[in-house]
Amino acid sequence: MQPSLFASHEWTVSSLTRYIRDMLESDISLQDLWVQGEISNLSRPASGHVYFTLKDAGASLRSVMWRSGALRLNIGLQDGMAVVVHGKVGVYEVSGQYQLYADTIRPAGEGALYQEFLRLKALLEREGLFDVERKRPIPEFCTRIGIVTSATGAALRDILDTLGRRLPMLEVILAASPVQGEEAPLGLVQAITALNHLKQRPDVILLARGGGSIEDLWAFNDERVVRAVAASEIPIICGVGHETDFTLADFAADLRAPTPTAAAELATQITALALQDDLRARELQLSDLMRSVLAERRDAMSLASANLRFHSPARRIASDRQRLDELARRADSAASHFLALANSGLNGLHQRLEALNPTQVLARGYAVVRRRKDGVVVRKIKQARDGLVVRVSDGEFEAEVVKGRAP
Amino acid sequence: MPRTAAPKPADQLTYEMAFAELQSIIESLEGEQGSLDEATSLYERGQSLVKRCQELLDQAELKVKQLSGTELTDFEDA
Repeated sequence: MQPSLFASHEWTVSSLTRYIRDMLESDISLQDLWVQGEISNLSRPASGHVYFTLKDAGASLRSVMWRSGALRLNIGLQDGMAVVVHGKVGVYEVSGQYQLYADTIRPAGEGALYQEFLRLKALLEREGLFDVERKRPIPEFCTRIGIVTSATGAALRDILDTLGRRLPMLEVILAASPVQGEEAPLGLVQAITALNHLKQRPDVILLARGGGSIEDLWAFNDERVVRAVAASEIPIICGVGHETDFTLADFAADLRAPTPTAAAELATQITALALQDDLRARELQLSDLMRSVLAERRDAMSLASANLRFHSPARRIASDRQRLDELARRADSAASHFLALANSGLNGLHQRLEALNPTQVLARGYAVVRRRKDGVVVRKIKQARDGLVVRVSDGEFEAEVVKGRAP
Repeated sequence: MPRTAAPKPADQLTYEMAFAELQSIIESLEGEQGSLDEATSLYERGQSLVKRCQELLDQAELKVKQLSGTELTDFEDA
């Protein structure tokens, strides 16, 4: 291709270098990478920064580690050392060189561990073991907590202290296991399984270990352990190492806690203190309710009692009594009326009786004549014979029949 | 709402069970009115549930057991 006679755009060295730098630095895969190689041309000037060239059989890569990173290095760097370096690729514009800005350097053996970590992580991730949808919620209020850790470690001490402080009513079941060394992975798997097989299962399992080197924590990256964590039917909170340590068990767990203590806190989101407040409130509510139930009954009762008084026999008796008085009055007047009536009747009878009294008749001059022998009253002439007795108003005298004649 | 099975003695309940029953008793008392006898026995049951919860809350130390295989034993803290 022929260069055009007049450049449409003229670069300066600086602008071109800046352009290349921007290109490299905008490539994300170059900003967070691990490079394996051998250290050469190691130089540590007074500034504290560390300069070296990383090389393998086919190429070399200029590298720098700033003082701040160099201070955190826990291995002594030497020329010829096989290492894995973490950092990002950038451009040193002054010398026009691209180079690796290193922040972590590990011996190559450890790098191999890390590679294994990444391989396994990718594998299990593809299987969906770390999927967010798999995560179960941690019960807000646990009454039984399983712990998988070393029976002698500081992690157990920290967890028991935290749980005891926050919710001492808890029942804690320790399924102890070595947490580092060859037996650790199998021990951890067995402990998790045993807790899942309990008849009275814990509400949550705390899988914990205190801080340590990457090798110390390695059991928690073991595939068997990670799978057991994912398979546990009981939710698991994983609190391994320090805040900055991530293990595959953390990814597989339902919840990751930065430390064992934090794991214990996350398992006791509701503390005894909160429960106490809640209980007090319920207790008050209960007595208030009972008081209002009783008050309601009292009101209903006084209403009923007023009702009862209204319909009571006493009222009826009072009204009956009044009626009785009235009846009695009526009876009285009826009786006196009757007596008056009877009285006047009697007088009439008396007068009539008096009218019939024979002595009255005698007094008027009439006489009663009877035969002396048999006492028969003489009403006809022919009845008059022999001696007679004549009764007049003041006594009797005897008479003899002289001669009978019809009037 | 009629209570079917005879309720468990309060001192055999877990905190969760006791508290849940306490809640439901409060709801019953708030809701329909049964006889005074019913209300009184609900209240008394409620009181014993409160007492049970309080006992559990007053517990001062964790109960720690150790599981080895399928055996649960008291954990002797070193």
